[in-house]
Amino acid sequence: MNTLLEVSGVSVSFDGFKAINNLTFNIGAAELRAVIGPNGAGKTTFMDIVTGKTRPDEGRVIWGEKSQSLLAMSESQIAQAGIGRKFQRPTVFEDQSVADNLMLALRNKRGPLAVLRFRPSGDDHAKVRDLATQIGLTQALERKSGELSHGQKQWLEIGMLLAQDPKLLLVDEPAAGMTPAEREHTTEILVEAAKTRAVVVVEQDMEFVRRLGCKVTVLHEGSVLAEGSIDHVTSDEKVIEVYLGR
Amino acid sequence: MSEARLTQSRRGPLVARHPSLVIFLVVLALFTLGVTVLAEGFGMGMISTSFVKTLGKTLCLCLVALAMDLVWGYCGILSLGHMAFFGIGGYAIGMWLMYARTEIIVAESMAAAALPPTAAEISQGIATQIFGVVGASEFPPIWAFAHSLPLQLAAVVLVPGLLALVFGWLAFRSRVTGVYLSILTQAMTLALALYLFQNDSGLRGNNGLSGLQNLPGLDAVPQATVSLWFFWGSALALGLAYALCTWVVSGKFGSVIRAIRDDESRVRFLGYSVEAYKLFIFTFTAILAGIAGALYYPQAGIINPAEIAPIASIYLAVWVAIGGRGRLYGAVIGAGFVSLLSTWFTGGQAPDVNLGVYTIQWVDWWTVLLGLSFVAVTLFAPQGIGGLFDLLSRRARAEEGPQGLKEAPQK
Repeated sequence: MNTLLEVSGVSVSFDGFKAINNLTFNIGAAELRAVIGPNGAGKTTFMDIVTGKTRPDEGRVIWGEKSQSLLAMSESQIAQAGIGRKFQRPTVFEDQSVADNLMLALRNKRGPLAVLRFRPSGDDHAKVRDLATQIGLTQALERKSGELSHGQKQWLEIGMLLAQDPKLLLVDEPAAGMTPAEREHTTEILVEAAKTRAVVVVEQDMEFVRRLGCKVTVLHEGSVLAEGSIDHVTSDEKVIEVYLGR
Repeated sequence: MSEARLTQSRRGPLVARHPSLVIFLVVLALFTLGVTVLAEGFGMGMISTSFVKTLGKTLCLCLVALAMDLVWGYCGILSLGHMAFFGIGGYAIGMWLMYARTEIIVAESMAAAALPPTAAEISQGIATQIFGVVGASEFPPIWAFAHSLPLQLAAVVLVPGLLALVFGWLAFRSRVTGVYLSILTQAMTLALALYLFQNDSGLRGNNGLSGLQNLPGLDAVPQATVSLWFFWGSALALGLAYALCTWVVSGKFGSVIRAIRDDESRVRFLGYSVEAYKLFIFTFTAILAGIAGALYYPQAGIINPAEIAPIASIYLAVWVAIGGRGRLYGAVIGAGFVSLLSTWFTGGQAPDVNLGVYTIQWVDWWTVLLGLSFVAVTLFAPQGIGGLFDLLSRRARAEEGPQGLKEAPQK
């Protein structure tokens, strides 16, 4: 299989606490993957390392066909290389309209001078409208994103991720606080996105993960506890112990 | 319907996309025309020359407030150093004004001597004249270009720009943000002011530079006329800067810097180099501040290190907060309103309030009043004076509202 992201032997500790312990993780170019684990298993730290927010103490993080190391790159360089991230709490720019939020994320030149001269082309407007359709916010394009409901903000953020056109999407708890109908729509968006790119979904909710129908990686105390189909991992004794034993 | 609005609001020339820019430029032009007509220099003499200078200086303060709004209101960097850049602009132009005028005076006084003076003697004479007050008679190295107007004009732009670039690069690269960055900029401002207070700083210590209102070689032109020249210059600079700032904050660039203000790490994960944007805005606004200072001090006539002290930059932040952060006209209104009010109160024109047991003298109590209004605005009206316009336009829309709703289905 063609590996897009290869994390190997990564460890990081904060004040003596090992948040990530010799973690190894691979994902292919068009794959949907769920990462689950109890609180403190290192899920968010794992994302922080991949996106450049946290530097690991040891290990390698290798990206793409050219096998670049992500460890030497800044957050914005990593984002430009094609890794998009959605945070746990929806973080959209509430002061700005839905259209502006999407335009901001749209894959275009990112330098200050290029942005200063930037005028959206008809193509850019069309892309924004397509994305809005995809995330069900066509009617809300001109509204301030601060006025959206919680679920709509989550979708807008996913829309912004898609607008970046990343090769790898890291999505942190997309279904948190959503109604069942909203969850269903979110599942559709993610499954659709994973047809053309790699998507990693971090989630605590087993039911949601089951609906994604993909390979599952279970994290525990900063390393991989089990990997496989959802039925495989949920019947694993170690997993049952970690999830239910305490 | 939203499609049509989306395209409508983004196309056409700048003025068409921003009606507020047109309103601002028209108001500024009418104001300039009105003052000119009423001034001593060209018109009816109903406005004194000193008040024309006050108004001209106020326009310069509006210009630096515009810069402050861009860096703080839009990009979220609470800089307490922009009045230092303003002061540097003033010093840069002041050096030429003082040098060139002293040169004329020295040359005239030496012309009476039996032998024509050499260039070295004239230079020596100028140095003694300028630096005698701090006990020196040599030109310090930083005066190397003081003889040349073009070079000092370049310094007005380059010195604040380079200082902001270097300082900003160091600060933003280390990801210093929020209140720590404010403290850092304040430290820079204080260090600069303290350095300039020293007699051997090369800029005449606490005496500063003076006589800046006299333009070299134009002694015959009355101050009434000169004051209008600078007033026009200040109005022109403010108008151009307002248009430029409108262009910068509109469109995607404005979208990015407001996003940086609201959540900078999120902007990083979108692939934007936050540091590059901050550095751009910090440097650009420092240059604007320098230009504002270069127009201000020839109208004030004197500049000294006290003008650069951190308190000046804090006042600047207060003006912008009272006027309304994050909207350009708010900054202009705040700076204009508060600084004119301040002139009125501290100029002894405001009537003292006799409370029987105590008399409130506004010269002393004005700062207390200003402080209280700053607290009140921060607590009760975070949108500032500019927020009133929002209120008005919302009310106007509310009145149109029901009609608009009825029409909507027919489209």
